[in-house]
Amino acid sequence: MSIIEVKNLKVWYPIRGGFFNTIKGYVKAVDDVNLSIEPGETYGLIGESGSGKSTIGKTIVGIERPTSGSIIYKGEDVTKGRNRKKLKYNRDVQMIFQDSLSSLNPRKRINDIIAEPIRNFEKLSKTEENHRVKELLDIVGMPKGSMYKYPFEFSGGQRQRIGIARAVSTHPKLIVADEPVSALDLSVQAQVLNYMQDIQKEFNISFLLISHDLGVVRHMCKNLSIMTRGRFVEVGTREDIYDRPQHIYTKRLLAAIPDINPRNRQEDTKERLRVEAEYENDEKAWYDKNHRVLDLKPVSGSNTHYAAVPESNSMVEQGGK
Amino acid sequence: MDKEKDNVLLEIEHLHTAFRINGKFYNAVDDCSLTLRKNEIYAIVGESGCGKSTLATSIVGLLDPLNSKVKGSIKYRGQELVGLNADEYDKIRGEDIGMIFQDPLSALNPLMRVGDQITEALYYHTKDSEAERKKKALELLKRVGIPDPEGTFRRYPHELSGGMRQRIIISIAVACSPEIIIADEPTTALDVTIQAQIIDLLKDIQKEKESGIIFITHDLGVVAEIADRVGVMYAGQLVEIGSVFDIFEDPKHPYTRSLLNSIPQAGELGDRLHVIQGNVPPLSEMKRSGCRFAPRIPWIPASAHEENPSYHQVGDGHYVLCTCYQTFHFQEEK
Repeated sequence: MSIIEVKNLKVWYPIRGGFFNTIKGYVKAVDDVNLSIEPGETYGLIGESGSGKSTIGKTIVGIERPTSGSIIYKGEDVTKGRNRKKLKYNRDVQMIFQDSLSSLNPRKRINDIIAEPIRNFEKLSKTEENHRVKELLDIVGMPKGSMYKYPFEFSGGQRQRIGIARAVSTHPKLIVADEPVSALDLSVQAQVLNYMQDIQKEFNISFLLISHDLGVVRHMCKNLSIMTRGRFVEVGTREDIYDRPQHIYTKRLLAAIPDINPRNRQEDTKERLRVEAEYENDEKAWYDKNHRVLDLKPVSGSNTHYAAVPESNSMVEQGGK
Repeated sequence: MDKEKDNVLLEIEHLHTAFRINGKFYNAVDDCSLTLRKNEIYAIVGESGCGKSTLATSIVGLLDPLNSKVKGSIKYRGQELVGLNADEYDKIRGEDIGMIFQDPLSALNPLMRVGDQITEALYYHTKDSEAERKKKALELLKRVGIPDPEGTFRRYPHELSGGMRQRIIISIAVACSPEIIIADEPTTALDVTIQAQIIDLLKDIQKEKESGIIFITHDLGVVAEIADRVGVMYAGQLVEIGSVFDIFEDPKHPYTRSLLNSIPQAGELGDRLHVIQGNVPPLSEMKRSGCRFAPRIPWIPASAHEENPSYHQVGDGHYVLCTCYQTFHFQEEK
């Protein structure tokens, strides 16, 4: 039983123009996307900038409105406001942001920042609340004294941990983590990822990890999907995607990651140029005539692995309707 | 001997760069020495705040003279750069030393067409006519892989994508065929596929012009991909210097080893990553004596560190700061 299910989600932004400011077309930021996340799982969403990965995250949390499609939580569609309230959806789904400084109010002390969601959803006495904040700070490895400090007094990694403490404060079931470590240094990144895993084990939280870093996603996620141009190109387990990539876009992405073994660099470059040439030669076969990613099809011999590969010419036609 | 001397492009010796914080000067770069040779890509790797960008800006003399102090020596082909005035520096910057910045949008003038920004470098450093400059600029645009050089020449920076902007920056940096290129995190703001293209481009240009590149980055993957020599920087000091193979296959300094260990690897799902304890202290609170990495590896006894850390040669061209590398082990492997 999955904790959340996204069905045929579309987020289109209208392009307006002309004399009467009429709608001239749409930017299809997210175009017909399906995904489901199991309880206690970390699901990875990989894409380059502008692929629409953050839009999916924001739509799940409710910062963006979907154009069509549904988000099913506990069997009900939470794109409707009434259901959100009934299911206490806004308490159960929280978000960790990429930019830790701009997502913490500079005028508030850490105490108030972390307690804000608690005050919003629960009625606790002052001492209970204090106790809870201290507990949360302890979980993310911050000293108790930091309660009365302001966000600017902390380093990037510490601020990101405060963001995690705030997200966990309401005992959520799902946390959408939008590039939580991409602004952090390597050693700090390791720390934040470790804390995310600890919290996951302790509270059985599901994560939607949105990232452009294939290394981080491979480390954290059992299931993941690769996204470009608002559509999924490949969905599967980490073994499916990293060991048996099917779509040219996935191959290209994997080939572009620098290897930390300097002895392989010649072969890596060769492989990269080969994939790049392949991509340039038959790019058209992988997308339909409107440059839209084809529909996902199951990869033979696997029940977890799907890829948007062209099977025959007729399939290419179908995708382009 | 002469040939060896001919190969040396840049010689930095005992460089100290200090910034004024609340009226007092603190060293952001503390006693760094390195030698850049022809045909060499020298990567400086370290975390944010370790002083790697300060090192780069010290070389090109772009620091605010009121709030910073540079001590030591930076020699470009024997010519001392420390203490040059602005006019003298202008002759070297662009012509002999090119610079590539991290954020291509803020490094380009938003009100000037891309083409004019490329010809500007040629205008100041060559005696070419306008037509020649334009011809050269178009060649450069073509060289850095811009699909429509004529059209791009007339565009403004905001009309281009991040990867294209970085290509423009590279074409400006190499416009006068400088012998040294200083690249300060040139691929950090870019997607991985674009990053790979820019790295290939830089490598090609370096081979073609036989220039030396100082490549500053925090990404160890990129270092493994591009560098010939590597300097690992921590708290303003180069703690380990060696060839790219020394650093990745036989790292010595505790910091290098910890850093390499904290990269997420292909291993089992949910493995814990290695974490370096503590934080990099801010400039004003940093302890200046003894081994600066010591507070982050408290399980190593104080006797393992040197009081005044010095460089120890552990291989051909492979140097490590402080003696603590000899007895270092990770906390979990007692």
